[in-house]
Amino acid sequence: MYDIEEYYNAGTIKEAVELLREHPEARIISGGSDVLIKIREGKLAGTSLVCIRDIRELKGVKKMDSGDIYIGAGTVFSHIVNDQVIQENIPVLGEAVDQVGGPQIRNIGTIGGNICNGAVSADSAPALFSLNALLRTADGTGGRTVPVRDFYLGPGKVDIKPGEILTHIVIPEKEYAGYQGHYIKYSMRRAMDIATLSCCVISKIDREKNILEDIRITFGVAAPVPFRCTRTEEAVKGAKVNEALYQAIEDKVREEIHPRDSWRASKAFRLQIGGEIAKRALIRTAELAAGGERR
Amino acid sequence: MKGDKILVHCTVNGKETAEYVDPRESLLEMLRNRLGLTSVKKGCEVGECGACTVIIDGETIDSCIYLAVWAEGKNIRTLEGLEKNGELTRIQEAFIEEGAVQCGFCTPGFIMSATVLLERGETLSRESIKKQMSGNLCRCTGYQNIVNAVEKVMKENEKAASPDKKKQQEDRNGR
Repeated sequence: MYDIEEYYNAGTIKEAVELLREHPEARIISGGSDVLIKIREGKLAGTSLVCIRDIRELKGVKKMDSGDIYIGAGTVFSHIVNDQVIQENIPVLGEAVDQVGGPQIRNIGTIGGNICNGAVSADSAPALFSLNALLRTADGTGGRTVPVRDFYLGPGKVDIKPGEILTHIVIPEKEYAGYQGHYIKYSMRRAMDIATLSCCVISKIDREKNILEDIRITFGVAAPVPFRCTRTEEAVKGAKVNEALYQAIEDKVREEIHPRDSWRASKAFRLQIGGEIAKRALIRTAELAAGGERR
Repeated sequence: MKGDKILVHCTVNGKETAEYVDPRESLLEMLRNRLGLTSVKKGCEVGECGACTVIIDGETIDSCIYLAVWAEGKNIRTLEGLEKNGELTRIQEAFIEEGAVQCGFCTPGFIMSATVLLERGETLSRESIKKQMSGNLCRCTGYQNIVNAVEKVMKENEKAASPDKKKQQEDRNGR
C-alpha cells in the first residue's frame, strides 16, 4: 500500500486544471515510475495525487500541416520509440528515450514526466534542448509556450506554476528539417541505469561545401540543469568538417562544461568523457549526413 | 476518501473480473492478495527487478509501480494464464530444457517478458534479446541460459514460419 493521502482522477485537461486548483497541495501523477518511487522512499510520502494518465488529449505524436511535430506529454517512451513520425523526422529523440531504464519502465514512463521532474539526467532532455523544443502548458486560461531551455530552473525544479500542466512538446519544423542528430549516454550499465554523462549533438552539414552550417550540443549531468554549449557552437559554426573540427569540439566542450564530483563519477572523469562523447556524436551526425545508415 | 474502495473492472487471464480496491493499492497487491495470483512476485517494489512483471494490453509493466485503480478496462495476463490444460508454453519448456531456472523467483517475470517478445514474431539478435529482457534481474546469474532459451524458441518459430512470413521479417529487418 502506498502512503497516498487523497487520489483524484482527471479525465480531461480541464478537469486536471480544476482539480489542481482545488487541491494545490496535490502532485500530478502520470506514468508513476518517478512519483510512486518517491512515495515509497518517503520523499513524497503522504502526498495527494491528481492522476492525468486517462487524459487522451495528452497522448500520441502528430505531425501538423505546418511540419511541426506535437508530442503529447503523456506519451510513453516505448510509443515514441516505435512512432513512425518520430522515426522519419526526429529519430534521435526515439533513440534517446529508448535508453531510459528498461522495457517495463519505457512502457509506463512518459516524456512529460521525464521533463517535469527536473532531473538533469533525463534521457529526453539533451535531445529536446538540441532540437529547440517548445513546451505547451494548460492552466485553464490559455496556457503558455515555454522554450525547453527556459523550463529548467534548478535541480528538480521546473517552470510549472501551481494549477498548470504540461500538455505538449512541440518540435518546430525549422529546428529538425535538414538536421542530423545523435545521442550518447555514458553509464555504468547498458540498461536500468541513469546517465553518468550524456550528450546530444544535432548538426546541419552542407555536403557540397563540406561545411558545418549549424550545430547544437547539449549535455545532461554536466551542470545542475541540462546544458547547451552555446560558446562552442558559435565558435565552430561555418567550419570545414574535418579532423581539426572534431578536435576543436572535444577541446572547447571541455572548457565550457562544469560537471561536478559525485559518487557516480569524478569531475575529471566527466570532463574526459564529455569531450569524447561530444566528438563521437558529431562524427556520427556527419556520417548520417553523408548517407550513413541508422543503427 | 481514505478507506473508500473503488470498483475496478478488468480482464485477468481471460476472465472478466471486478474487484473493490483501495486507491493506494498497487496492482501487484491486487493480483496477489485479492486474486491469489502468486506468480507475480514482490521483489524490489521500486520497478527495478522485474519480478512482478505482468502483461497489460500486450505490453510488459512492473505491477509494483502501477496502481490497482489504473487496471480499469485493461487486459492483464500473468504467468497463471499461460498454461493451457496443464500444458506449458514453449518458452516455459525451453526455460526448463536450458536450465534457465535456479531459485525460480525471477522466473515468472522473465517468462512474461519473453512471452511478449516471442508473440511479436520477430527474430532478434542476441544483443537485442538482452536489451529487451534487461528489465528483469536474476540474482542466481542465470542470464546466459535465459537468453539461450529465448533465442532457441525464437529460432524454432522462425523455422516454423511460412516463407511469406519470413519474407515480411526480412523486409522489416532491411528497412
